[in-house]
Amino acid sequence: MSVIVYTENWDGKFKKSSYELVSYAHALASELGVETIAISIGQVPEDQLNALANYGANKVLCVKNPELAVLDNAAYASAIARAAKANNAQVVVFANNFTGKAVAPRVAVKLEAGMANSVTTLPLSFSPFVVQKNIFNGKAQGNLQINSNIKVLSLAQNSFGVKESSVSLTIENFDAQLDSSKFNTELIEKNTVSGKIILTDAELVVSGGRGMKSPDNWGPLEELAAILGAGTACSRPVADEGWRPHSEHVGQTGKVIAPNLYIALGISGAIQHLAGVSSSKVIVAVNTDPEAPFFEAADYGILGDVNKILPKLVEAAKAFKAHS
Amino acid sequence: MKILVCLSNVPDTTTKIKLNGDQSALDMTGVQWVINPWDELALTRALDLKEKSEGKIDTITVITVGESLTEPTIRKALAVGADDAVRINLNPTDDYEVASNIAAWVKNNPYNIILTGIESSDYNGSAVGGMLAEFLKIPSVSSVSFLDMEGDKPLMKREIPGGTETIRVPMPFVAIVQKGIALDPRIPAMRGIMMARKKELTVVEPAGEGSKSTYIGFAMPKAKAKVKMIDAENAGQLITLLHEEAKVI
Ligand SMILES: Cc1cc2nc3c(=O)[nH]c(=O)nc-3n(C[C@H](O)[C@H](O)[C@H](O)COP(=O)(O)OP(=O)(O)OC[C@H]3O[C@@H](n4cnc5c(N)ncnc54)[C@H](O)[C@@H]3O)c2cc1C
Ligand SMILES: Nc1ncnc2c1ncn2[C@@H]1O[C@H](COP(=O)(O)O)[C@@H](O)[C@H]1O
Repeated sequence: MSVIVYTENWDGKFKKSSYELVSYAHALASELGVETIAISIGQVPEDQLNALANYGANKVLCVKNPELAVLDNAAYASAIARAAKANNAQVVVFANNFTGKAVAPRVAVKLEAGMANSVTTLPLSFSPFVVQKNIFNGKAQGNLQINSNIKVLSLAQNSFGVKESSVSLTIENFDAQLDSSKFNTELIEKNTVSGKIILTDAELVVSGGRGMKSPDNWGPLEELAAILGAGTACSRPVADEGWRPHSEHVGQTGKVIAPNLYIALGISGAIQHLAGVSSSKVIVAVNTDPEAPFFEAADYGILGDVNKILPKLVEAAKAFKAHS
Repeated sequence: MKILVCLSNVPDTTTKIKLNGDQSALDMTGVQWVINPWDELALTRALDLKEKSEGKIDTITVITVGESLTEPTIRKALAVGADDAVRINLNPTDDYEVASNIAAWVKNNPYNIILTGIESSDYNGSAVGGMLAEFLKIPSVSSVSFLDMEGDKPLMKREIPGGTETIRVPMPFVAIVQKGIALDPRIPAMRGIMMARKKELTVVEPAGEGSKSTYIGFAMPKAKAKVKMIDAENAGQLITLLHEEAKVI
């Protein structure tokens, strides 16, 4: 018996979120008294694989079938479901990210499993099996009871944390025995921006709204982000008006993020905006309107003109970095 | 060619969430029901494609798994321009049940392209599209922000972390759509509303599998401590607080 966790890699490397996921799977497996088995697809150097032991993985299955070179949702689901069956998995854990959303539902059907996504805690109980998950974009939590023998979960990012627990790990190859004639996702072109902090990975995020007044005022915001090592985000109207790229739009209809720090500059805090950021650990709001809803969601607030306040923040951040 | 758009009937996004007394259920009194925002955009894109397809796309069908209270939402989709509609008469308990029941319909009534949203704004399942594709054993493409026809061949873009991929898969397939698929949803015009009354809404009984999970309780997020205000003149103090007190930098 086992808990299986799909650990995605990016160009052969794991991220902090991968370690969080393994930590979660390990905690779950410990409660169930079973092994934690990670599945890794593609080429990943051995030192990277070995690092998973620090978070509680007993075994890594390396899957290298050529059908998996491009993300084909059906092929990935076949490989992961096959490994889950071969290892008698009780629970299969994914990240609630792009790949998790693409693959986990297909795995659930293959395993005839009930599924909960955006799970925020360890199970509240094991029999019956009940997990807590975000609903209404974090406006409430639901306790979902899963009745199938096997369960598929996807973990909300930054909800569990990275927990070290050293175990010894074995690395094995796993042949997923895929029938290549069945899988036909054709990748025609790939466009990625390099060198920028990917918003959904960022631990710190600096974000601007219409209160910034003009796209020309983003210089100090970007400078503050650069000093702190933060990603940059924006509200929907800012993206719609072309002040900032659409990739920065956060909220219900944009990206959902949960960084350690979210600094909202000149953003009102509409409910649809909060839906994308309210799981952030610490929130700062800067606004000229004392009634702005963001002050109710924020931990720290500054009442005033963002274009006067930003230079002060930049200066203080520079001084802070110079001393640390 | 035929396109199917899956519609989820959800509370309006500005709905304030309340729980009933013993927290066993959500209090839905006075809720305004709407088409899930992603599905509205999926439908808009499907209609755009049909209009410029020079007759290659014959029909846009919408489907909902829900009881009769979902019919105003279905009628709205017909008023916006969908050709016909199917309602599977069942109040579903989870996404597995929804996907299985839509699959049961599609097996007997095939479509070339099936569109779903990336998530319902109520229970945020993010599962129906992928599950449906797996039940039907057809490809699914997730996080689709662009869909077009190049002749007879659909072309898609999907949003990956830090970029996009241009993708092609053979029909039939499920495209799970998100931001970008259409700019603004179409709004029904008077003429559309009149015409919608004459369009066919087929009601069928469930023929799929049952659910695998069920909600047994709810909770509201922990109340936030009151915001700590920092004097604008000394805004720089924020950086110190973030380091020493909040410990996030
Ligand atoms: C279905 C639906 C989905 C939506 N999805 C999203 C979404 O995903 N993301 C999103 O962001 N929005 C979304 N919205 C829009 C949302 O409702 C708000 O309209 C939007 O978030 C407002 O953006 P904003 O705060 O930048 O602008 P505004 O509402 O114009 O607010 C600007 C704020 O800046 C303040 N301000 C003005 N001048 C200054 C100054 N000099 N210094 C400091 N502060 C100043 C003002 O007091 C105000 O609070 C959605 C809406 C709908 C209906
Ligand atoms: N009851 C339903 N009937 C038809 N389609 C649905 C239903 N629920 C969800 N969907 C579709 O699946 C998408 C994702 O929903 P979910 O997986 O529930 O988050 C929605 O955007 C709809 O396209």
